Amino acid sequence: MAENSCELFDSGHRACGGCGAALVSRLLLKATGKDVIIVSATGCMEVFSTPYPETAWKVPWIHSLFENNSAVASGIEAALKKQGRKEKVVAIGGDGSTFDIGMLCLSGAFERGHDFTYICYDNEAYMNTGIQRSGATPYDASTTTSPAGKCSKGNNRPKKDLPQILAAHGAPYVATASIAYPSDVVKKIEKALNTPGPCYVQIHAPCCTGWGFEGEKTLAIGKLAIETGLWVNFEMENGVVTRVKKVVRKPVESYLKEQKRFRHLFKPKINAEEIAKIQAIADKNAEKYGTDLKLKSKSGPVVP
Amino acid sequence: MLEITEGSHAVAKAVKMSRPQVIAAYPITPQTHIVETLADMVANGELDAEYITVESEFSALSACIGASAAGSRTYSATTSQGLALMFEVCFNVSGMRLPIVMTIANRALGAPLSIWNDQQDSISLRDCGWIQFYAEDNQEATDLHYIAYKVAESVEVLLPAFVCFDGFILSHTYEPVDMLSQEDVDRYLPAYKPFQKLDSDDPISMGMYATPEYYLEFRYEHDQAMKRAKDVISKAGKEFGEMFGRDYSALVEGYRLEDADTAIVAMGSLCGTIKDSIDEMRLAGKKVGLLKIRCFRPFPAEEIRNALSHVKRVAVLDKNVSIGAKGAVAIEVRDALYGKTMPVLGYILGLGGRDVRISDIKNIISLAESGKGDQFYGLRTEVL
Repeated sequence: MAENSCELFDSGHRACGGCGAALVSRLLLKATGKDVIIVSATGCMEVFSTPYPETAWKVPWIHSLFENNSAVASGIEAALKKQGRKEKVVAIGGDGSTFDIGMLCLSGAFERGHDFTYICYDNEAYMNTGIQRSGATPYDASTTTSPAGKCSKGNNRPKKDLPQILAAHGAPYVATASIAYPSDVVKKIEKALNTPGPCYVQIHAPCCTGWGFEGEKTLAIGKLAIETGLWVNFEMENGVVTRVKKVVRKPVESYLKEQKRFRHLFKPKINAEEIAKIQAIADKNAEKYGTDLKLKSKSGPVVP
Repeated sequence: MLEITEGSHAVAKAVKMSRPQVIAAYPITPQTHIVETLADMVANGELDAEYITVESEFSALSACIGASAAGSRTYSATTSQGLALMFEVCFNVSGMRLPIVMTIANRALGAPLSIWNDQQDSISLRDCGWIQFYAEDNQEATDLHYIAYKVAESVEVLLPAFVCFDGFILSHTYEPVDMLSQEDVDRYLPAYKPFQKLDSDDPISMGMYATPEYYLEFRYEHDQAMKRAKDVISKAGKEFGEMFGRDYSALVEGYRLEDADTAIVAMGSLCGTIKDSIDEMRLAGKKVGLLKIRCFRPFPAEEIRNALSHVKRVAVLDKNVSIGAKGAVAIEVRDALYGKTMPVLGYILGLGGRDVRISDIKNIISLAESGKGDQFYGLRTEVL
């Protein structure tokens, strides 16, 4: 953890109880300490933390537009370089801003190699505007623009693989994390901050309001995403996967059935065919990243 | 020192001498010679600035937001489609009161695609809260950059500024330009001291959202700042004149207007052609004068009213059109003259790079004298 352990993200903001994104803000500033400039995209985090004339941010913070946080961060980084200043620059946005509307600015900033860290708090839809699908919405999730219905099983496309896209830009450090594992989040952000060049950390931030679960279950839902293989925590250094969180996988139903956005897969009757497709996504993730923990035999550790 | 130089090169030199610390720009015709020259200057160590080669105009101005908010003097240049792509960012810059200066090499907007000159691009952004200067020639285009920075950064103003000059007609034309020395510029425009900035030693939040309880006041303050800019521009223009002999204290400038029956109102390079036309018409006994609008935002309504109160008719030449209404300048000049009885006649001309010649100005004066106006001028006959 950074030296300054007091809370730089203040209480009293307007996030929903159990908001994953609010946890991201808090953990982010624990990792950065006070010597940082934060560039926030339009979205839930910006709105719940800075209703004029109040702010929850005890560090310099700027919000410009929905889609330009990476470009604004580019300008800040250039100005700091010119002025000989040492603050770290962090751009942060939700998945709508990051995966979709801000993709051009994000790609440009990564290609140019600015020394900054981009944090995506991924709650898998446009939550601020009322739960519309984004490029980060998982397969079959029901949102207000990909509603489940007689002719629809929810969002009909899998999640965009943004970490790989940014790794392909030559980013020296790309990581995924989950607010269910707070110290891992802090560790990864610290690593990104201390790696020169453009770094990316995508943090799974369950949204109780948008996903349909009780606010006290945020961390539990986050854990289930990892335990089922539907979210993988990994680190990539210079394009190579260097660390993966291994799990003893549970069937995807244990994650899906806890959330209203997947309710249509279980009611009025279980849609085994669709659940199998989602299980296949988890299996593919597990295979691609090697997340499956091999259980030790009951007779004790295997000695090679 | 008098130099024969291309407009874009003269502007680039003026920008260099204004000592911007961060430049972010995206190439677009006819702005390219400016940004190429600046890139050369940075590459050769003549200009000590960070130059960000962004992937779009949208990002160019967004990067300028970051640099300006972090406390650096910041510059960009664009035109036409590029400016249109910046639309959202332009409002954001001015709302955050960031004193960014941006050159606009005025060009038409598509469709149909046109790389040639008119002023539809910057005029279409008249409501975005930036100061807007229009240059008649490259001398003025060059000098206005120093003035723009001085005014924009003034604590009484804190607003961004466009310095508009006509694409190709000025940007790609070689003219004699009296370039100031670096020492002169430094005396006129001291090193940038930001009013406030993003700084971890004194953290502030910028660009927060405002509820209906607060938003209206933000717009009011913004409008007040623009109105205060009139005096600040006047003062900065006067100071420039005292130091270097070219007085820019007037937001509007008359030419042979004192005894004119017919006043032409125009902006930009058109004014040079109009002045030559007026000289010829005067020789033929026609009392014609020009009122040049150098500063379109803040809009100098009072100055226009005072300057035109004595004329019998006003002919406003617009290189833009608010489709379904009139040219923007004509609408606003008529508003400035509300209550006066002289006819204010608008002419849309020169769009998409169509040449405007002395003969055209003379024809327009004849039309105005016969009371015919509020029309496109110089149309091909097959559309009529």
